[in-house]
Amino acid sequence: MKYVMLIYQGTALDEQATLSEEEQKQVHADYQAINQTPGVTPGVPMGLPENATTVRVEDGRTLTTDGPFAGMKEAVGGWFVLEADDLDAAIEVATRHPAARHGGAIEIRPSEVYW
Amino acid sequence: MVTPLEQVFREEWGRVVATLIGFLGDFDVAEEAAQEAFAIAADRWPRDGVPGNPRAWLMTTARNRATDRIRRDRAFATRFGVLAAASHAEVPTNATTFPDERLELIFTCCHPALAIEAQVALTLRTLGGLTTDEIARAFLVPERTMAQRLVRAKRKIKAAGIPFRVPPVHLLRERLDAVLAVVYLIFNEGYGGRDELATEALWLGRALTELLPDDPEVHGLLAMMLLHDSRRDARFDDGELVLLGDQDRSRWNTRQIAAGRAELDRALALRGRGSYVVQAAIASLHAETPCDWAQIAALYGRLTHLTGSPVAELNRAIAIAETEGPEAGLRIIDHLALDDFRYLHSTRAELLRRLGRTDEARDAYRRARQLTDDGAERRFLERRLTELAGRPDSG
Repeated sequence: MKYVMLIYQGTALDEQATLSEEEQKQVHADYQAINQTPGVTPGVPMGLPENATTVRVEDGRTLTTDGPFAGMKEAVGGWFVLEADDLDAAIEVATRHPAARHGGAIEIRPSEVYW
Repeated sequence: MVTPLEQVFREEWGRVVATLIGFLGDFDVAEEAAQEAFAIAADRWPRDGVPGNPRAWLMTTARNRATDRIRRDRAFATRFGVLAAASHAEVPTNATTFPDERLELIFTCCHPALAIEAQVALTLRTLGGLTTDEIARAFLVPERTMAQRLVRAKRKIKAAGIPFRVPPVHLLRERLDAVLAVVYLIFNEGYGGRDELATEALWLGRALTELLPDDPEVHGLLAMMLLHDSRRDARFDDGELVLLGDQDRSRWNTRQIAAGRAELDRALALRGRGSYVVQAAIASLHAETPCDWAQIAALYGRLTHLTGSPVAELNRAIAIAETEGPEAGLRIIDHLALDDFRYLHSTRAELLRRLGRTDEARDAYRRARQLTDDGAERRFLERRLTELAGRPDSG
């Protein structure tokens, strides 16, 4: 199974900023470990949602607004692709992600072919 | 009235469906094939007699139906250039024994990635063999809603890759607790008088004790359900709710109480100390005359400690009220954050009534009535209010 793993930071980045140096190193190491997990293809790193621009087209007009489509707290913070046997294996990887334990969350979306 | 044929169907449905899902990897094809096999049996057996080994007959017939269906679908799939079903759809055609995969099935149905309502519905449908319509009626939702719930759940199992297996050791406890919670929820839904759900929960609980004979909590859950259910006939008199203290004990099912206590003994022998075992022990004490309220209070204390549940604490207050008087019970209740819980108010009302604090009791009964949808419970509260109407406040 192929899964797209969406990272929601929620309050995780704020929380991680207050951690001790030792704990921050652990967070960094956990990110590394996930990227090196067999089956993981890391996504392109995403900048902060504050710098996002959202585009809609209504009646042929382009509407451009500042910020992410969802609220700032609900914005996607990153993603990676995971090739795993089943959902339990994907859940296991998600639990190791620092965002999951620092007030954010990982959303596991099975990949699907529509064409 | 359950005929022997219905009995066989009842016992075999879950097993046949589970085995079929095991080698087909598809809930819908499995269910459809099982349904066809059972329909053929219902047609033939009364005429030709029940085969010597009904299970093998049902399994073989269902398997053959499934094989036919897959062949047809393969042809269909090839015609449209779509990849055929995965290789595990190869059906073993010469198997003489069939593995019992009900445990795999129940863990799949109760996977935490499914919404709890979906877990309940899937368990009742695939293991229990209840029809969509029966489940819908039991949960008071339209059949269409229930059908959609089931379709969506099955689709998610496939799309999200929820595994069909008994979880590995490091996940087992957590996942088993989820399974037990589903069975308990089904039982609780049935407790208010929807007997078919209570019966179903007991049946599932018993199946779990066969499948996981060494888990104390599994026995604890079954013990608790048996002991509560043993009072089923006494809990209602002409459709009206009767409280434990006022029940006609001759209407308690003594055989079921004994069966419940045997399960409890088994759980204790397995060193079970978890929440279901504790609740079973409490239910067992409730079935004694006179009731050992001090011991019940101590066990509810233990349950509060285990679960952190304010409901357990409310029950402890009831036991304390019996040993130390209503004021002592009220002192505990007034600290509980359960303002939307109808039983908190009905319990308060009862204790206030005993103390002669009629005005406060009346308010509490009214609040409980406000929070109650159940007909029998509402009528009970109405009766209490009527009794209090003419009584002066002496508190």
